[in-house]
Amino acid sequence: MSTHSEITPEAIARHGLTKDEFAEIVRRLGREPNYVELGVFSVMWSEHCAYKSSRAHFHLFPTTGPTVILGPGENAGVVDIGKDKDGNTWGAAFKMESHNHPSFIEPYQGAATGVGGILRDVFTMGARTVACMDALRFGEATHPKTKSLVAGVVHGIGGYGNCMGVPTIGGNCGFDPCYNGNILVNAFALGIVRKDRIFKGTASGVGNPVLYVGSATGRDGIHGATMASAVFDDDSQAKRPTVQVGDPFTEKLLLEACLEIMTHDWLVGIQDMGAAGLTSSSFEMASRAGAGMDMDLDCVPQRATGMVPYEMLLSESQERMLMVAKKGHEDDVLAVCKKWGLEAAVIGKVTDSGRMRCSWQGHIVVDVPINAVVDDCPRYDRPRQEPADLDARRALDLDSIADQPLAADLVRLLGRPDIASKRWIWQQYDHTVRTSTQVLPGAADAAVLLVRENGARLAMSADCTERYGHADPWACGAHAVAEAVRNIACVGAEPLGLTDCLNFGNPEIPEVMWAIREAMRGLGDAAKALDCPVVSGNVSLYNTTGDQSILPTPMVAAVGRLPDGVEPVRMGFVEAGDAIYLLGRFRPSLGASRWLQEYLGHHQGRVSAVDLDAEKAVSSLVRLLIAQGVARSAHDLADGGLAVALAECAIQAQGGPRGVRCAMPSPQDSGTARHDERLFGETGASILVSVRSSQRSEIEALAADVGVPANYLGEVGDLNAAFEIGSLHAPTADLADAYHNGFERSVLGGAQ
Amino acid sequence: MRARVIIVPRPEVLDPQGRAVAHALSGLGFAGVRDVRVGRIVYLTLEDGLGRAEAAREVDRMAKELLANLIVEDFTVEWID
Amino acid sequence: MRVAVLQFPGSNCDDDCMQAFGRVLGCEASLVWHGETSLPAGTDLVVLPGGFSYGDYLRCGAIAAHSPVMSATKRFAERGGTVFGICNGFQVLTEARLLPGALLRNAGLAFVCKDVALRVESQHSDLTARVAPGSQLVMPIAHMEGNYFADAATLDAMEARGQIVLRYVDRATGEPAQTANPNGACRNIAGVANERGNVIGMMPHPERAVEDVLGGTDGLALLAALVAQVSARAA
Repeated sequence: MSTHSEITPEAIARHGLTKDEFAEIVRRLGREPNYVELGVFSVMWSEHCAYKSSRAHFHLFPTTGPTVILGPGENAGVVDIGKDKDGNTWGAAFKMESHNHPSFIEPYQGAATGVGGILRDVFTMGARTVACMDALRFGEATHPKTKSLVAGVVHGIGGYGNCMGVPTIGGNCGFDPCYNGNILVNAFALGIVRKDRIFKGTASGVGNPVLYVGSATGRDGIHGATMASAVFDDDSQAKRPTVQVGDPFTEKLLLEACLEIMTHDWLVGIQDMGAAGLTSSSFEMASRAGAGMDMDLDCVPQRATGMVPYEMLLSESQERMLMVAKKGHEDDVLAVCKKWGLEAAVIGKVTDSGRMRCSWQGHIVVDVPINAVVDDCPRYDRPRQEPADLDARRALDLDSIADQPLAADLVRLLGRPDIASKRWIWQQYDHTVRTSTQVLPGAADAAVLLVRENGARLAMSADCTERYGHADPWACGAHAVAEAVRNIACVGAEPLGLTDCLNFGNPEIPEVMWAIREAMRGLGDAAKALDCPVVSGNVSLYNTTGDQSILPTPMVAAVGRLPDGVEPVRMGFVEAGDAIYLLGRFRPSLGASRWLQEYLGHHQGRVSAVDLDAEKAVSSLVRLLIAQGVARSAHDLADGGLAVALAECAIQAQGGPRGVRCAMPSPQDSGTARHDERLFGETGASILVSVRSSQRSEIEALAADVGVPANYLGEVGDLNAAFEIGSLHAPTADLADAYHNGFERSVLGGAQ
Repeated sequence: MRARVIIVPRPEVLDPQGRAVAHALSGLGFAGVRDVRVGRIVYLTLEDGLGRAEAAREVDRMAKELLANLIVEDFTVEWID
Repeated sequence: MRVAVLQFPGSNCDDDCMQAFGRVLGCEASLVWHGETSLPAGTDLVVLPGGFSYGDYLRCGAIAAHSPVMSATKRFAERGGTVFGICNGFQVLTEARLLPGALLRNAGLAFVCKDVALRVESQHSDLTARVAPGSQLVMPIAHMEGNYFADAATLDAMEARGQIVLRYVDRATGEPAQTANPNGACRNIAGVANERGNVIGMMPHPERAVEDVLGGTDGLALLAALVAQVSARAA
């Protein structure tokens, strides 16, 4: 391939550009692009880089608020986490990003480089990375590929994060047949940065040098961004060479070198070379500053011999950064890179031409106006259509199903890999490095991290219940935000902001595009109502294999802060005799529930209606109860409903599994007379707490003050006493066994 | 001049990787495998100026000082060209 | 009391060690870059932190063991100075032959991060000299290669001299049990010392258990005992 390769209709199609898009490129340039320029437009106009199908709907998200320091548009969003003792304001920079397609093709490297990419997005802001979470979706546990994909992805995440010394402290993992051919790997990272030391991806100041720092460029992952924007087919398996290989050791050196460089006043801007590599970083940095840039590709450090401009510009070699330094400080930057053993070179300079000009071996190989590529990239408000079978999806006839609240159902649900303890996963992640993890993975509804810089305690949780999206994508988006906010409330934290990773199928299918918009609208509505603005995010479309699109999966990660002096609680019960309360609007529905999936194998029916006022009220009540030291444990109702939540509190009790003696909520308090629906039906806005028996009048008064229902269910029993709710009785040991070993048994085939 | 340094776990050292591979092979229906040991190969390309004897001494030292850990590993050197 | 925390490219518990020895224990702690050919004047204790030195490529700790600062550390140990390696630091010390044995891939072939219970086995080391034998301590492990190996004759000799200083034990019984062994280590060994007792390595992370709010203080007890022992000798 050279600059002279012919631009044929096949070449245009291979680059994922439509005829109309190519005609637009010709119009903007006033000529045909050469082959290198075609590659540049191809990656910059891919769905992955340009958000061309989703951008038209971003206005549905609230992106401002008193907590927001930096909203969407940079490498990561930043929220205010308070001041230190010297009066400096600190921020938490965070973002979530998908690495779905690469992880399906090569699970270890795909997941590892996903973690590497999101860490770079955060430390490029000048933030010290201090926490990771990972939200994973796999096919059915019994699918022949699932076991090796789970093992590879988990190993890859651990391999990268552990080496970087960044604790992986939370996340989630679900299984559904819709992911059999298209798994999801959504990686989240959070870093801490002083507000006046936030770095941005900007290339201003005519004459300032452009520096390349990190690993040398090889032929890895050329056109990864285009791959992430295309439908998956059988050929994708043969695309193995496009998968990049991660080197966490180099990334660790890059992190330390960048943070050391950033302690000085040497840089104008910095950006990670992620998807679309040198092209996206250079174009986006110049675009943000309204500047131009000249680059000499002969100066780019190269790992392979004989590389041509097309490859250098589109390579997705990992662990690389592009920096713009203040003129005269290039040698200072190079010296720090040398200390850390990193490749580094001056490869260009900022101009006022508004154009990107790249030279190679004495020729100009790229010469295009920057805004023609970046700012005015195509955006589509693609056709949307409600699915014709929506009414059928929403219908669920329970009358034909016998109402049997069986203990066996509870054991079976607790042993499902979605619900069972994910200990097998998080024990492979270093979650205690940096000695700041206060609430460990799995112990509470959210992880809690101590920030050394100013003593703040941050809570974080990632959530999405994709089943709800089958019949009601709006509710799916709204529930995802509500659950994430509820989860951080259950450790006592106020929401500061959220990031999202919008995973959907092919947006060119009107029914899918309808679901995308509905889910985004639900996410935005809930984010507004719950005061949790969207500060960053990522869109992953074309999660489709053959004609099967995944369920709408708008993954959300919320970050919150505990008020000073408030100690977090866990989900496990504390002491025998403590009183158990169900707080909030309890309206369980078996529609689209985990129970339904387990017994009928489908997602029919409507989920419990979203009530954002009730969500807000119950979250603030539980925060108040934790702040006042009344609540000794808290756990929200989610997958598997009340019975599963209660069992989890009992199994995770302090000192070992404890029994419970609880009454069933009445039909009046539940909105349903069915026993199975009250036990296993799913609902928002409901939280289980335990309090000392001496504080029953206190919790009831506090709940009455704010008008939130507080339903006394019963009390915590002794260690290993029986688990009893209504007529459902089960030995606690059986529940604990299912919960603790279910994941290994169902996914890995046998207790480990 | 190129040398291949082959490093394997010593026979008395438990090799969990080798055991896992053996288990996987038997799971795939390969019945004739008695034992598996997983090691590593290091390819060294040496300066041409060195004589073969001197090169052999150097490679032996490299293997003993860094490439292999003799407490748990054995090594052999093969000359490719 | 001056503590030198060595920093290799890829170390990632260096900051945790600085916090534990500096902020929590009040020592004068400083980071020493791997390229240094000497230790800071007046160093009383050298700490090798955990992490993935040089990416743990080739073998864990193998490349770090040959770095310039390790030559200085060897001379320091020969003069009787106290050297303490945690996790990757332990691996570096075995690769540098300052401690007997080697650390192999975990028997389960996976990285393991969890709390473990340890029992102090001997007072024959600067780390354990001031801790009652039989004491049980709980702290996290986080490693992929913590499976301690030495041949039987070496292990017997080490046992006889009290060089086995820490073992993984069952929390309930306090005894070394197969089920309490997280990585397949020979004889449940979690930490060892050299013959002289001044070089010690352990896989678990005491520096991650120094505050009640963050996972207990059993690690602090151990590190405080080490600091007390080294200070007493320096005085």
